[in-house]
Amino acid sequence: MTFKYDNVYLKDTATIAGPYEKEGPLKKYFDKTYNDLYFGEASFELAEIKLVKDALVMLMKKTSLTKNDIDLVVGGDLLNQITATTYGSCNVGKSFIGIYGACSSSVLGMIVASDFIDSKRVENAVTLVSSHNMSSEKQFRNPTEYGAPKPDSATFTATGATACLLTNKKTDVKIECATLGKIIDYDQNDPNDMGRVMAPAAIDTLKTHFQETGRSPKDYDLILTGDLGRYGKEIVKDYMFTTYKVDLKENYNDCGVMLYDIALQKEVKAGGSGPACSALVSFSYIYSLLKEKKLKKVLLIATGALFSPTLVYQKENIYSIAHAISLEVA
Amino acid sequence: MKNIKYERIANNHKSEESRVKNAVIAFLSGGVLGFFAEWLLNFYCNIFDLSRTDASTLMIVTFIFLASLATALGFFDKLVNRFKCGLLIPITGFAHSMTSSAMDYKKEGLIYGIGMNIFKLAGCVILYGVVSAWFFGMIRYFIGGAS
Repeated sequence: MTFKYDNVYLKDTATIAGPYEKEGPLKKYFDKTYNDLYFGEASFELAEIKLVKDALVMLMKKTSLTKNDIDLVVGGDLLNQITATTYGSCNVGKSFIGIYGACSSSVLGMIVASDFIDSKRVENAVTLVSSHNMSSEKQFRNPTEYGAPKPDSATFTATGATACLLTNKKTDVKIECATLGKIIDYDQNDPNDMGRVMAPAAIDTLKTHFQETGRSPKDYDLILTGDLGRYGKEIVKDYMFTTYKVDLKENYNDCGVMLYDIALQKEVKAGGSGPACSALVSFSYIYSLLKEKKLKKVLLIATGALFSPTLVYQKENIYSIAHAISLEVA
Repeated sequence: MKNIKYERIANNHKSEESRVKNAVIAFLSGGVLGFFAEWLLNFYCNIFDLSRTDASTLMIVTFIFLASLATALGFFDKLVNRFKCGLLIPITGFAHSMTSSAMDYKKEGLIYGIGMNIFKLAGCVILYGVVSAWFFGMIRYFIGGAS
């Protein structure tokens, strides 16, 4: 399902990143970084809430808006009951929608907010996403300090939060159209190989987007997937070319590969993941390139794995989903 | 049903990891740990004038302490990543699993946090350790006689 938007613009973004992201190549594009994973809080869950609060405060500072100037807040994260978002955004904005699309939440939130703005129900909206390496480890895997060796295909949940202000007033960057994806089951069940699990969703959404808009990769300066990592990225390129004759060799990359220096930062294995992964790359580095007009048109496809540890233990498949949004210089 | 074409393409872009290399590293690191334990055992025997059984208890306690301390200081998981499961096989892995679970749930309090979660990983070791001890005990009883 592809929608066109006429009057939705990206006004500004705020990105807060953790220590591992700070060591990566995009350090200078983040608004604020931390040196440890607690940020002075007592637990990792509280630390993630602090990330969300920081992102909101930073966004309001950059846009000179107050809490009550924001019509709608749309956000999600990976914690149970999306508590990082709800606790972090309490008292901000006139209304709130919580969403869950796993790691695709960053784009899903933008699509929901864009729809509200495009249909003139609200004038502006803030989209929020966050993830925290340790709080996700604790929830989805083993205790955080437990050292079970991981395979090279495993991805590393990014620590960070981003807040974006979307508005109906013209700015430098326009949200031009969006493609909502559907849930894909490709019979995958390895939680240590999320690139392989989510690549089919990225492929499906890409194919749908090109079919419904009549576009090809050449229409974009850059096509970005969210957090497939280095193996998933190659799968997408290979499958798109051999099956649909869509050539992604020139202008395609993956945020999970861009967020870290994979050669130096061995702990990230195949690359970054988590809702914050695609958001940290897109709304810091890519957004600045769009503002400087070095990129004119970017397609961002955030991918998410839909599963729970319980269902994985019950030998059920891991589903995936991907949503795409097209950003262009206005 | 698996999508055959997708599986074929995905298998071309898989991480290549040498299990043999990991096993050799684990074998060596586990061996070094065992060597150190043996040295410690003899050390306790000689210094404190203990029997081998008593000294081995003391050696195990030392290892439990060291593994828990390294977990609490946050570098045991990094060591395991480098030296693989050789570090987890002895009593150290058990101590590590309990300490890491306890640390994770510290903030939820003594009852709902540490109390309810400390055996999260170690519980299965205890359960199946007891079950297999019973099982092998029975085999020994019927084959080797009651004595």
